[in-house]
Amino acid sequence: MRSARGFLLSAGVAMMLAGTSHVHAGGTVEVLHWWTSGGEARAVGELKQSFEDQGGTWIDSPIAGGGGDAAMTALRARVVAGNPPTAVQLKGPGIQEWAVEGAVADVEDVAAAEGWDDVLPPALAEIMKFDGKYVAAPVNIHRVDWIWANPELLAQVDADVPTSWDEFNTTAEKLMEAGITPLAHGGQPWQDATVFEVVALGLGGADFFRAALVELDMDALNSDTMIQVFDQMRKMRSYVDPGFSGRDWNLATSMVMNGEAAFQIMGDWAKGEFLAGGKVPGEDFLCAPAPGNAFILNSDSFVMFNVRGDDRIEGQQVLASLIMSPEFQETFNLAKGSIPARVDVSLDAFDICAQRSHDDLTAAIAADTLVPSMAHEMAVSRSVRGEFLDVVTEHFNSDMSSQEAVDRLVAAIQRAM
Amino acid sequence: MSGQASRALAFVRRADIWLPKVVVAPSFAASLFFVYGFIAWTVYISFTRSGILPRYEWAGFVQYVRLWNTPRWYVALENLLIFGGLFMVGCLVIGIFLAILLDQRIRAEGALRTIYLYPMALSFIVTGTAWKWILNPTLGLERVMIDLGFTNFQFDWLVNREMAIYTVVIAGVWQSSGYVMALFLAGLRSVDDEIVKAAAMDGAGPFRTYVGIILPMLRPVFLSAIIVLAHLAIKSFDLVIALTAGGPGIATDLPATFMYAYAFQRSELGLAAASAVMMLVTIMAVVVPYLYSELRASRK
Amino acid sequence: MSARQIHGIVRATSPLNTFLRLLLFAILGLFALYYLMPLFVMIATALKPLEEIRTGTLISLPQEPTLEPALRAWDSACVGVRCEGLKPYVWNSMAMVIPAVIISTFLGAINGYALTKWRFRGSDLIFGLMLFGAFIPFQVVLLPMARTLGILGMAGTVPGLVLVHTIYGLAFTTLFFRNFFVGVSDGIVQAAKIDGAGFFGIFFRLMLPMAPPAIVVTVIWQFTQIWNDFLFGVAFTVGDSNPVTVALNNLVASSTGVKEYNVDMAAAIIAAVPTLIVYVFAGKYFIRGLAAGAVKG
Repeated sequence: MRSARGFLLSAGVAMMLAGTSHVHAGGTVEVLHWWTSGGEARAVGELKQSFEDQGGTWIDSPIAGGGGDAAMTALRARVVAGNPPTAVQLKGPGIQEWAVEGAVADVEDVAAAEGWDDVLPPALAEIMKFDGKYVAAPVNIHRVDWIWANPELLAQVDADVPTSWDEFNTTAEKLMEAGITPLAHGGQPWQDATVFEVVALGLGGADFFRAALVELDMDALNSDTMIQVFDQMRKMRSYVDPGFSGRDWNLATSMVMNGEAAFQIMGDWAKGEFLAGGKVPGEDFLCAPAPGNAFILNSDSFVMFNVRGDDRIEGQQVLASLIMSPEFQETFNLAKGSIPARVDVSLDAFDICAQRSHDDLTAAIAADTLVPSMAHEMAVSRSVRGEFLDVVTEHFNSDMSSQEAVDRLVAAIQRAM
Repeated sequence: MSGQASRALAFVRRADIWLPKVVVAPSFAASLFFVYGFIAWTVYISFTRSGILPRYEWAGFVQYVRLWNTPRWYVALENLLIFGGLFMVGCLVIGIFLAILLDQRIRAEGALRTIYLYPMALSFIVTGTAWKWILNPTLGLERVMIDLGFTNFQFDWLVNREMAIYTVVIAGVWQSSGYVMALFLAGLRSVDDEIVKAAAMDGAGPFRTYVGIILPMLRPVFLSAIIVLAHLAIKSFDLVIALTAGGPGIATDLPATFMYAYAFQRSELGLAAASAVMMLVTIMAVVVPYLYSELRASRK
Repeated sequence: MSARQIHGIVRATSPLNTFLRLLLFAILGLFALYYLMPLFVMIATALKPLEEIRTGTLISLPQEPTLEPALRAWDSACVGVRCEGLKPYVWNSMAMVIPAVIISTFLGAINGYALTKWRFRGSDLIFGLMLFGAFIPFQVVLLPMARTLGILGMAGTVPGLVLVHTIYGLAFTTLFFRNFFVGVSDGIVQAAKIDGAGFFGIFFRLMLPMAPPAIVVTVIWQFTQIWNDFLFGVAFTVGDSNPVTVALNNLVASSTGVKEYNVDMAAAIIAAVPTLIVYVFAGKYFIRGLAAGAVKG
């Protein structure tokens, strides 16, 4: 049943694409990715179907686990062996790291012909380029700074979704008095870091976020604001239930869904869980931007690797064009829970959370408060991100003081740079 | 014997001088290249600033300095001591204990042996989820005991920073103690019955017979069990990844997971290589004396 | 096994001894529970409908057992965009394990034989050097191995993976056979030499027929190690040729969607069945094999 619907959808996409595609059909791609289940797998299925409908051959290389850790191991082995995949799900500064090693190929011809510069947010376009040429095609934009809430539980303590961290703390205390777990959280380093960066944005604003988590400015890292951020993290620790350690994020989401906890702080992939559970946004669950009046950007993209053979190079061109087509961006993101990376795609078919995300994105670009996510590998290299994660997760799981956490963070970042 | 036949025999004899060497040569060459060559490569990389991919410009000891300035490395080392020590002792004690019990002409010995041994057959990729559930306070044992009426029962080691490493020990012992049991059971079965009879006649009780007489005879078994366990402990990787992924925080990091994290998650090949060299040195310190004594013993 | 007749030191002759014997069984039974618990959780979960997992406890027996999750895991659960279950990957693993086990066992046997019955200058040193390969952490060799496979043109192929497993299995297989052949009397070999038998003649006609205990131990060890390997599989194979452990990880490590624990557990059991069968049916010989010589290692 599911596959029949998928087929109809993608057949529709293919028909639409047939009119718009600038590139000849054909080619072969081998795609390395870690989207192996649920909405993500369905989204990749759409891409595969569309690609094959254009006459191409799609070789699927999924490697799940640990947010792509296993996939990165495989990628390294493949590049060193001299048989890289055609396209790889990679993001942020990771793209530059591979580009510097000469491992990637550009699709500037396609990008120039289709005018990618005009339709992508500049901050995102910058990440997709190396040496001024596009080497990657973005499939979506995820917003990280969301608070997901259970309206029934909030009603029990007569509260709304908080708009500042002080308000969050007040509401959380009330929830605890009522015997409700305030925060659904999974104790994995990347989830700890997600909460950390959302708190940092709310307490310090976009400028602080950029200085501390993107530009790694030592004064910002060593500031009183950073101490406040860790103070708030200590409070957050007291709002979670005893079984949080190691929990997968989607299980935390179902806690909010089932009324076992009031809030979750997570990117909008959490929405996919709510929707899969048959919940309606605005009624069964609430989505609200976290405090900070900004937008933490996370985006998935496919990077083209340096492959040999006309067949594969042609495949890359077709794939790049396909990914950036408005039709694909709509279908894919409806399945994935994110919003299109192109800002010119209509969001009529999307739900209110996605529309809110799109509006805030446009506003954030105008106000220059669009910041790349540290926790989701959009801002800093993997080694620096790793140091952040170590300190944040150590602090969250111990009784380390905020001052010590800041000292450790500064030392760790200096070591990694 | 005709001349031809004797010449053929001579040929065989001469061939037998070089044949053994020729037969062993490919394996030996493979191990020179794939073990020692690769170790040399790793040592070299540890002296470079390799990041996402290997680079070959010499950079001196910089990665070693960074390694020994990284708090997480000390956590990994301390954990290796705790885990390695308890894991080895746990496997030996339980393994020997079970082997002795099984040696008592037990009914259903075959079935019990299989039960004790089967964890060796499974990787933690397979059993990791089940272990995580059993140890999870809100899903597993703790909840079962509370449901049974033991409302004060608490078992939250998996999510407790101080105790999490011990859950890794529990699962590790679960997997490997059966193998130790098998080694010692085999050892007990090969002990000469006359010695046991003599001990019984001297009036030695079962405890004294085992601890005082039989176990000391199994020194070679101890040696090989300790070596197998030591190298399992140092190489432990799947276990930690499947059970805790190094958490809570970095509380259950081991050198093997440390190295993997830096090499493949963080693009710090140089630093990872430095930690790998440290691991290799440790392994050598354990293994080389063993190999030496082993080979000397077999020469006589 | 005459040893078994006499070894029993605690005998059922007096009330005290009867009590001891019961205690013995109680202890053995308790340990059996400890060892069986994870397997029980896996099997019970795999047999439950999803609804029952949400409401019941982990250790409860399935109320309405169903094979549906197992069937899904076998041939229709999705791994990436391919929804054919674990079935194709089980065959991939077979295609990799069988040649790797046969080749590495054979090489180990002939190495062990040559190193014990045809000692030459430096043979002990060669053995010592080869044995150290058993102790190298596999993460260390990943990248240089990848480069080597690339140069050989075997990157991402099943033969490449067979090569990797053969090479890193050699240390163990050689060890097992060497320790077995050390225990075989040199006199037999001398006699055969005098009768005119050559290097290969003695090996195939005399030594191999004596070696089943060592062969069993080696084959069990190698089969389990290679079947369970994840790291080499994930690094050195591509998509459709992944071994079953990699496919299992892809199936279980879900990043979104409703988690189907029963299908996950059923898949884990499927991936474990071949090694479990080997242990259950050959475990007896494993212990005998250890007793017959490998134990000295």
